[in-house]
Amino acid sequence: MTQHVSGIAASDGIAQAKAYMLVEPDLTVEKTTVSDTDNEKQRLTKAIDEAKEQLGKIRSIAAESLGEEEAQVFDAHVMVLSDPDLIDQANAVINDEKTNAEYAFKQVTDTFISMFEAMEDNAYMQERAADIRDVRKRVLARLLNVTLPSPATIDKEVIIVAEDLTPSDTAQLNKQYVKAFVTNIGGRTSHSAIMARSLEIPAIVGTKNITELVSEGDQLIVDGLEGDVYINPSEEEQDRYQNKADEFDTLRKEWDRLKDEPSLTKDGKHVELAANIGTPKDLEGVKNNGGEAVGLYRTEFLYMDSTELPSEDEQYESYKQVLEGMDNKPVVVRTMDIGGDKELPYLELPKEMNPFLGYRAIRVSLDQDSIFRTQLRALLRASVHGTLRIMFPMIATLQEFRDAKAILDEERANLENDGVDISDSIQVGIMIEIPAAAVLADQFAKEVDFFSIGTNDLIQYTMAADRMNEQVSYLYQPYNPSILRLVKNVIDAAHKEGKWAGMCGEMAGDQTAVPILLGLGLDEFSMSATSILKTRSLLKTLDSVEMAELAEKAVTDCSTSEEVVELVESYLNK
Amino acid sequence: MERREYNITAETGIHARPATLLVQTASKFNSDITLEYKGKSVNLKSIMGVMSLGVGKGADVVITAEGADEEEAIAGIDQTIKNEGMAN
Repeated sequence: MTQHVSGIAASDGIAQAKAYMLVEPDLTVEKTTVSDTDNEKQRLTKAIDEAKEQLGKIRSIAAESLGEEEAQVFDAHVMVLSDPDLIDQANAVINDEKTNAEYAFKQVTDTFISMFEAMEDNAYMQERAADIRDVRKRVLARLLNVTLPSPATIDKEVIIVAEDLTPSDTAQLNKQYVKAFVTNIGGRTSHSAIMARSLEIPAIVGTKNITELVSEGDQLIVDGLEGDVYINPSEEEQDRYQNKADEFDTLRKEWDRLKDEPSLTKDGKHVELAANIGTPKDLEGVKNNGGEAVGLYRTEFLYMDSTELPSEDEQYESYKQVLEGMDNKPVVVRTMDIGGDKELPYLELPKEMNPFLGYRAIRVSLDQDSIFRTQLRALLRASVHGTLRIMFPMIATLQEFRDAKAILDEERANLENDGVDISDSIQVGIMIEIPAAAVLADQFAKEVDFFSIGTNDLIQYTMAADRMNEQVSYLYQPYNPSILRLVKNVIDAAHKEGKWAGMCGEMAGDQTAVPILLGLGLDEFSMSATSILKTRSLLKTLDSVEMAELAEKAVTDCSTSEEVVELVESYLNK
Repeated sequence: MERREYNITAETGIHARPATLLVQTASKFNSDITLEYKGKSVNLKSIMGVMSLGVGKGADVVITAEGADEEEAIAGIDQTIKNEGMAN
């Protein structure tokens, strides 16, 4: 019988395929006493050899499907397994304590792991500890006779079912065969959701217990439009969803035709539809989806994908690549937003009780200004290759903006003294994500060139609700009139000073929010590249004057999020 | 027995790539090869042993090789150390 599960629809589309369980088997080890220690030593050697052989296979498949760089992690794993000390020490434990191979191997690897993890100042050691954990799983699985999932070797169409997906999980996935994701936990802004949208495959997150309900090989239907999963559906259901998938494809094709069209409302008003990107690689998606600008270039990946601080030249190359790739269309680069949920292993940031309210983003930049200056110099040097806009994140006070701007001006003067060419039309703005800045937007607007509203954080700070905490996820309410009033305040303040206001949070591509935002006069909407065409298609049906009336009602008459949603629906169905 | 002393000048010490390369080089030889730092001695063929020493910039280390191919071993390791700029 078909089983139905619902979750949060995190990425559009409909997929049908067999389930692939990306779930860790139980690798609990019991200590037993043995008499035949030689046999245990042989078992261990065999398990290690088999694990090495398996790693070799995975490595070559990974090199082909994911690229040489992603595959190199497996070389490190083989090296750990070839370590003579590791094997000698495990054999010694078997001999001395007359224990089983599983226990001895776990014991010895535990020692190494805790030794490396104790070396706190060194990110490289932390990674090695993770490598040891990883290879240990492989050896223990052999010894315990259980199968480990090995996503790198997937070679037919599957739907990935997992507790959650981490960046290292998705790095190992052969994306060609992955048709959808379904996870127990997560929300629209979690890694798995963002990844699915960039791969343009459907995803459903936050199902709570999908891993318990599905078994490997079960047939699944994933409806990423509604957030529905069907386990072992009937043939009729499969047919019905095939039709729905076809309809969605047709719709997508219609959107595709809007790729080179300007983003105009029904009454001919133009707004800018921009894309959020993390690396120069994302530019392809921006182009394929007809992005008119980059509204948010998150530079922290430059810092996160590295084992040390990226140099000025490295950064310059990335910025240049993005600016040139966008062909003089605007690119808003956000200076580093480290801290909060984004830690840097090589940069010692204190562990905090409340990282989102702590030492992060511009607060780190102003405090450790040498890192900040390096980034600004790289940006200034790259500015001649396109239309650069610099945005400071997490600004709470005008003083912070003035300080950051002063550092930027100093670096500009230094470079100019050295005869470096710098564009003279770089706009400098701030991200509005702290309610204090949203409330005081009128004062900020006199000094900045633009605002970009970061709704993910603005909502969590306004509602005082951690967006990573599932128990308070009901407070993530983008349509709440309190949020809409803040947004309106920011847009009005910008316009009063002749500046522009954009939005770069999830909300900017949200189909219920777009009509209101248009009505509030938002100038630029920056979203996942894959949401652009859908939004352009929606804009064509909206009249800006009518939406202004809708927005006015939403901010003045509505008292709850639900009322706002009802109001928008009544307008759209008119 | 062959023995060489080095003062590590590389910014990152013997970590990451340099450590991997040293272990790979040492593993090619049959001799017993050790790396000594701050009175602790580890098997240079063991990546985890080498890394557990946490050899940083400015460290004084001793490498010894003992066995039939000890001369070739020390020469090979010496070359890796110099090629990778770990020490002069």
